[in-house]
Amino acid sequence: MANTFELIASSTVGSGGAASIDFTSIPSTYTDLCLKASLRQDPSAATASSFLYINGSQSSYTAKWIEGNGASASSFSLTQNWSYANPYDNAATSTANTFSNAEIYLPNYAGSANKSWSNDNAMETNATTAYLTLGANLWSNTSAINRLTLSTSASSVTGGTNKFLQYSTAYLYGVKNA
Amino acid sequence: MPNPTRIEINCETGVESIIELTDAEVAEMTYAAELAAEKKAEEDAAAAALEEKKLAVLTKLGLTSDEVAALLS
Repeated sequence: MANTFELIASSTVGSGGAASIDFTSIPSTYTDLCLKASLRQDPSAATASSFLYINGSQSSYTAKWIEGNGASASSFSLTQNWSYANPYDNAATSTANTFSNAEIYLPNYAGSANKSWSNDNAMETNATTAYLTLGANLWSNTSAINRLTLSTSASSVTGGTNKFLQYSTAYLYGVKNA
Repeated sequence: MPNPTRIEINCETGVESIIELTDAEVAEMTYAAELAAEKKAEEDAAAAALEEKKLAVLTKLGLTSDEVAALLS
């Protein structure tokens, strides 16, 4: 059971928006990492996906996801060059001033085994359809994690043509004695 | 129009930088997006072709998809 959450770094997106939020030089002194993000993107749609890249890598991600949207539930598997931070961030037609939230928990991030983590996400909107998702993820790589990037693109670590909008936030915590 | 920006936070120093994507990064991003769109179009076309094939077989057999589902259940 985690008994120490320590804020490592945080960021709030400014008025110009941002294509990605990149935490670099993450110290290896904690047991686990926890990334909490509150995100909204600019595409003219109800939702837009955000992506998580580890150490800038664009390979070896697999995952199992379940989702519910108020009408139906489903599950899916992924083998990709990216992983989801949140499959359903809020976007331009979501209720104004609302943001999706994502909690990403990465245990044993500095160890020498392949890296696994969980996602717990909710989209927030006053509409018939809104998404809750849970993900179990694996990055088949034994390197210690020293960089986590939230990106708007499934094809670029630095981000795509979409933007995270102003007041989107990301908080990275280190967890000790988990 | 300026290029999109990204945020980089160095967790050792605590310094946050807002960095404009370089023209090369934007070009790479655009190219990657085009590739991804092409790949998706190919996957969609393959899925549609498979669906058509399945429908053709069903038509040949004189069965509906509901009837096939009932047979397989």
